[in-house]
Amino acid sequence: MIPNQTTLPKKTGKVKFFTTLAMLLIIIITSAVITDVDFWQLFMNVGQAGYILDQMSRPDWSYVSIVLGPLVETIRMAILGTAFGALLAFPFSLYVARNMESNKAISSVLRFLMNIIRTIPELLLAAVFVAVFGIGPFAGIIALAIFSFGMVSKLFFESIETIDEGPIEALKSSGANRLEIMRYGVIPQVISYYWNYVLFAFEINIRASAVLGYIGAGGIGIFLQRALSQVRYDRVAVIILIIFVVVLAIDYVSNKVREKLL
Amino acid sequence: MATTQAIAEQRPVIQLVNVNKTYPNGVQGLKDLNLSIGQGEFVIVIGLSGAGKSTMLRSINRLNEITSGDIIIDGQSITRAKGKSLREIRRNIGMIFQSFNLVKRSSVLRNVLTGRVAYHSTLNMILGIFPKKDKEIAYEALKRVNLAEKVYTRADQLSGGQQQRVSIARALAQEPKIILADEPVASLDPITTERVMDDLLRINRDLGITVLVNLHSIELARKYGDRIIGLRGGELVFDGPTAEATDSTLRAIYGEAILEEEDNKGEA
Repeated sequence: MIPNQTTLPKKTGKVKFFTTLAMLLIIIITSAVITDVDFWQLFMNVGQAGYILDQMSRPDWSYVSIVLGPLVETIRMAILGTAFGALLAFPFSLYVARNMESNKAISSVLRFLMNIIRTIPELLLAAVFVAVFGIGPFAGIIALAIFSFGMVSKLFFESIETIDEGPIEALKSSGANRLEIMRYGVIPQVISYYWNYVLFAFEINIRASAVLGYIGAGGIGIFLQRALSQVRYDRVAVIILIIFVVVLAIDYVSNKVREKLL
Repeated sequence: MATTQAIAEQRPVIQLVNVNKTYPNGVQGLKDLNLSIGQGEFVIVIGLSGAGKSTMLRSINRLNEITSGDIIIDGQSITRAKGKSLREIRRNIGMIFQSFNLVKRSSVLRNVLTGRVAYHSTLNMILGIFPKKDKEIAYEALKRVNLAEKVYTRADQLSGGQQQRVSIARALAQEPKIILADEPVASLDPITTERVMDDLLRINRDLGITVLVNLHSIELARKYGDRIIGLRGGELVFDGPTAEATDSTLRAIYGEAILEEEDNKGEA
């Protein structure tokens, strides 16, 4: 028992909590009704799922040698896309961060543009670039670059905004100019965050680039789409396994590196 | 000491002429301040928090803008200086902060080297190319504060007192004419406080650098200062050799000032 409990004013907002809960439930149920969600379908199709799983449990190992090339291409796309995006994100974030004394009007326009870019899903970006540059990895790389740029910029400029301003003042008082202040007062404080975000973007890009091929933007995804449309689940299994192994390996390495960074 | 007064008259290295500072919220930080500080003086500025000590110090290297008046550093008006010439004046003024303001993730040497940045081309600095001589200057500065063995240690692995001495070394690496120290010992314990103050005094005596220190401890002020400046509500209420800063004189500053504090807070 808490002594003097009666003196503690009662927390208001219980009504608010239940209203929110009720509204959430209403939203979920109406969404289900509108989109025709039928839980029965889940059970009705167990047989179909069983067939697919059965096929997949006997992977066509000979297919490995065919998809190895596209797999390497997928990884290359992810590397290049991340690199281009991250390279652009670096100066962009330094300019756009609110504590960097940049031109307020320009930086808020830039931030606005970046937020728009960030709302576009990468699959949509890739579809657009496939239409512009044609089928192939180039479209995928550009799509990944734009996605990485948006992601790294957002995370990076936000960490720049939380730095200790002390060193900035110290450098300013020693007669350093703006670029020098950034180089010696700001960047050393945030560079490890930057690499952390770049690696994080790379992890996501590896996964994304595997799917991008599906719409013709290069990489292993084309083969996934092909195998699926040929109903060759033994090959689908190989592709999924191989992507799984690569993603796992890269996630592991990148996580280790990121632990070291922070 | 009468001698320091004489030096001040000879060759003022810092001059404040009718300096006023009004904050945007209407609070007057500095009121018609006139001061002249000579080459090689060790001056301590005292006053309660909100008396304008920090405002004054930060106006001297123009981390703060003043509203009217003029501040002249070694014959040049910093108030009117712009761009490169402002940065060149600042280069001659080292500053020490209460919170050290080191880059905690960088090594001690890196931190001290930042004091050299304003001497070189921006391009070289972006690329991180420091001449060998600079590293020697930095190392010399560290030796002067007895931290030579910590050159490659990360700054955040040092104690508060050591960090403050690194920041003194950084100021020294600027090879400045003036060092401004804004409450340099406020976050340190008594023993490290003494080491830091001793370092500042030694720098003043050995290198002839003019040192201006903000303190709120009168005891420390008397122990180290040649000359004491007292501020109250942004006004100069005392300026004289340490010997003249007697209890009764200082009571005039502090006794009633506490009452005035109430309508004067919000800035330091």
